[in-house]
Amino acid sequence: MARITQEEVKHVAKLARLAVTEEEAEMFTNQLDAIIGYAEQLKELDTDGVEPTTHVLDMKNVLREDEVKPWLTREEALKNTPDTQNGLIKVPAVLE
Amino acid sequence: MHFETIIGLEVHAELKTNSKIFCSCSTEFGAPPNTNVCPICFGHPGVLPVVNKQAVDFAMRAAMALNCEITRETKFDRKNYFYPDNPKAYQISQFDKPIGQNGWIEIEVDGKKKKIGITRLHMEEDAGKSMHAEDGTHSLVDLNRQGTPLVEIVSEPDIRTPEEAYAYLEKLKAILQYTEVSDCKMEEGSLRCDANISLRPVGQEEFGTKTELKNLNSFANVQKGLAHEEVRQEKVLLSGGEILQETRRFDEASKKTILMRVKEGSDDYRYFPEPDLVGLSIDEAWIERVKSEIPELPDARKQRYIDELKLPAYDAKVLTQSKKMSDFFEKVLDNGADAKAASNWMMGEVSAYLNAEYKEIDEVALTPEGLAKMIELIEKGTISSKIAKKVFKEMIEKGGDPEVIVKEKGLVQISDEGELRGIVTGILDENEQSIIDYKNGKDRALGFLVGQVMKATKGKANPPMVNKLIVEEIEKR
Amino acid sequence: MSLFEKKISELHELLHKKEMKVSELVDASFSRISEVDDKVKAFLTLNEEGAREQAKYLDSKMGTDEMRGLLFGLPIGVKDNISTKGLRTTCGSQLLANFEPVFDATVVEQLKKAETVTVGKLNMDEFAMGSSNENSGFFQTRNPWNTDYVPGGSSGGSAAAVAAGEVFFSLGSDTGGSIRQPAAYCGVVGLKPTYGRVSRFGLVAFASSLDQIGPITNSVEDNAFLFQAISGYDKMDSTSANVENQDYTAALTGDIKGLKIAVPKEYIGEGVDEDVKNRIMDALKVLEGLGAEWEEVSLPHSKYGVATYYLLASSEASSNLARFDGVRYGVRTENADNLLGLYNHTRSEGFGNEVKRRIMLGTFALSSGFYDAYYKKAQKVRTLIKNDFDEVFEKYDVILGPTAPTTAFKIGAKTDDPLTMYANDILTIPVNLAGVPAISVPCGLSNGLPVGLQIIGKAFDESTIYRVAHSYEQATDHHQNKPQL
Repeated sequence: MARITQEEVKHVAKLARLAVTEEEAEMFTNQLDAIIGYAEQLKELDTDGVEPTTHVLDMKNVLREDEVKPWLTREEALKNTPDTQNGLIKVPAVLE
Repeated sequence: MHFETIIGLEVHAELKTNSKIFCSCSTEFGAPPNTNVCPICFGHPGVLPVVNKQAVDFAMRAAMALNCEITRETKFDRKNYFYPDNPKAYQISQFDKPIGQNGWIEIEVDGKKKKIGITRLHMEEDAGKSMHAEDGTHSLVDLNRQGTPLVEIVSEPDIRTPEEAYAYLEKLKAILQYTEVSDCKMEEGSLRCDANISLRPVGQEEFGTKTELKNLNSFANVQKGLAHEEVRQEKVLLSGGEILQETRRFDEASKKTILMRVKEGSDDYRYFPEPDLVGLSIDEAWIERVKSEIPELPDARKQRYIDELKLPAYDAKVLTQSKKMSDFFEKVLDNGADAKAASNWMMGEVSAYLNAEYKEIDEVALTPEGLAKMIELIEKGTISSKIAKKVFKEMIEKGGDPEVIVKEKGLVQISDEGELRGIVTGILDENEQSIIDYKNGKDRALGFLVGQVMKATKGKANPPMVNKLIVEEIEKR
Repeated sequence: MSLFEKKISELHELLHKKEMKVSELVDASFSRISEVDDKVKAFLTLNEEGAREQAKYLDSKMGTDEMRGLLFGLPIGVKDNISTKGLRTTCGSQLLANFEPVFDATVVEQLKKAETVTVGKLNMDEFAMGSSNENSGFFQTRNPWNTDYVPGGSSGGSAAAVAAGEVFFSLGSDTGGSIRQPAAYCGVVGLKPTYGRVSRFGLVAFASSLDQIGPITNSVEDNAFLFQAISGYDKMDSTSANVENQDYTAALTGDIKGLKIAVPKEYIGEGVDEDVKNRIMDALKVLEGLGAEWEEVSLPHSKYGVATYYLLASSEASSNLARFDGVRYGVRTENADNLLGLYNHTRSEGFGNEVKRRIMLGTFALSSGFYDAYYKKAQKVRTLIKNDFDEVFEKYDVILGPTAPTTAFKIGAKTDDPLTMYANDILTIPVNLAGVPAISVPCGLSNGLPVGLQIIGKAFDESTIYRVAHSYEQATDHHQNKPQL
């Protein structure tokens, strides 16, 4: 049984904002299916009661003081921006 | 069929920190676009967040003021979605371990008190602002607001009427203002509200399908929007229709809710623990410190006004509705004014002026010292209450010391008996008929005569003294 | 002896005695680059003007009190996923082909303080996803030992540039082996520090909970010098450990008498090339001769490392790489008339297939209905893998084995099947999952290609790793083997 279907791959591509052609969808489905199939080996392991690890370091409460420190000018901030208008970032209309 | 309305509210409040939640940019409102930004706000490659301690303290303070339990081991998560004003394409928020849980606040509608549950309060970063071109060709993005600390406060579906929703919001706003964690300015977006509403037949346990109302820009519109939506849903259900899970907005012009989009399934935000931040472990000492920093809450203050200032319950309630008004009132008392007199002025002239001008107390020239002094002038008899209203108008519009205003404008009350008696005799000489009327038992005549004296003195005569002198002089005739 | 075979301490001596100028060193670097980089293709961007200007400035300081630090004036190459202000930083991706950072990574600031000279940015697999540099969005970096072979990855450019003598040292980054594996393939020394030891601020995130920047050098001593300069607490990185930095060069005593070495049977078993295994056994003999003891142990969950890693790293990557949307920076598509088109096409045109594959895998593993079965399950297995290491380190000082199961492979040999490629990292990945430090040092050749010896240490115990690696290096002459270009 397929572990991931082509439909699921297309859905995931949509969530990730990646345009994929039909051919690509097929290729990625095959590859992802193999990878996920490989990952299935984790199911052999009994992990009941095992705490998940997000961080290997046992650190807590890393906080900074509430101080304002200016950093960039607007020109610097927008230096790499492909399209701007009056100091604002310009993007095509939101049509979804 | 009769229906019961179920309402739940989601409120976002910006926290009043100086800097943003994950970087050191200013949170100042109204700066030119994209000037309070840094590589972190812009989501540049390689940047990392560091949590602002004050934001956590404020969130804890708000949670405690809303009677929430503080989650001792908490963390941040990423909420993934693409939008131009969401620069990293994920929002750092809290998912399964909100900092506050299981709280409540008490509201009062038509004299009836009711507790509304608070499911959760969590911290997150605000997004930037998108402005959509009128012609629909493009949008423009300003990231100044990106990263401003927010708390999202989710109520239980305990609210049953639009009026309760209004009362809940008023109370929530008062608490957030009293705790000094948020400005709660809806017009600046520092307080925002989304509402969920559904109907179910009376007696049914299961909830009906809910719709979500967005773009509610005032508490009044929350109430109006919900009232309209309540009626709309009822009509649909009674006609055998079905409520769709959709997002609607309240249109101010037509006073109707309008469909924005139908929700297809639930959005998949792929929440997972933010790996760029470590967890928060909140111990007793931290909780105690934050608790000790919570200023007096509105209910406590209200009770104190009743118990210690001996104000009527009504006065106490009205005065404590807004923290700014209440703080101002207390400063008036600090300057020596009598509580009831100060209360009367606050609830009367001050409120009337602010309402008429759509202003807040910190946006006018009036100072607590000035108002206290003016009340003192009335009590000493230096000015009459009537004159005081003129002085007050000057003070609230232009500011200044009431004593100086009174002197400069020559508004000092005439309480010199000799001087007044002269004026009174003159008036009586001109109004023989009124004397006759008075002697014939027409009390109105006295009022007329007093009025004439006040007119002649431009309102400066001491009214009780004028009264006394007129009666004395008429007796003589 | 070529300039580039000299140690940092020797170069420092030359500069100090004014027998050489910084400009001469920088010139030497650029002339070597123009001589061999056509073949090696290690550099994505050269900082010729900036480097020469910096060299001139440093020369003016020579002989004064301001000439501080051992790294003063030495040319360095920086992996292209480390932010350099005003110097193009692409992460090996076409999507960032035009991106000029507006700030320096903390490590780059530290290099500036140490007054090194950045000569350029080094090629890599796109967003550090790959083991061969075949996933660079620009071109293939080649192995200086044999240019038909891959240099390893993802820090292939960083390892190849040092091996080819283009720079004295370089910075790489290691998420699942990306410093150690190319160091092994190119016959140089590469350290993956303890997670939290080196600031990640300015390192373009691939998998935040695994990424670390580390030094790549010709010798262990050089490595310790560079590591000294870039490590330490950074308040801009919440995952930076606030622990005291050690004096790493003080650890280079050459004394490993009584050292307890663990050799996991999984690291010398099935799937590991026989010749590679023999080199490791040779190395163990050398270490024994120096007074160390070794025993075979087991890291029973290490075989689950690759699966765990691909789920976790891809999940984090799917989120970390979502910001590359063409809105605020990067190469925006010209084929979009609405926002959705802008997103979809910018990302599809800008990213290569491996990056897309991992973004989709990560998105899938985090999506509703699959989160518990994949992402959370992998986080739990990560705990088991970490526990394995903790247990071994209760009894042993270091864990030792090969860095990679084979030597470098031919370009194109593994591109068809992602899984075969992933298996390359089987011996390096568990180290990242456990967050512990590890170094790869050259331990001889196999069919003319270098083999890497991996020495894994306890968290925050880079000193012991350096002590062992240095002792081994002093007792052998593998590090003196240089490729002929």
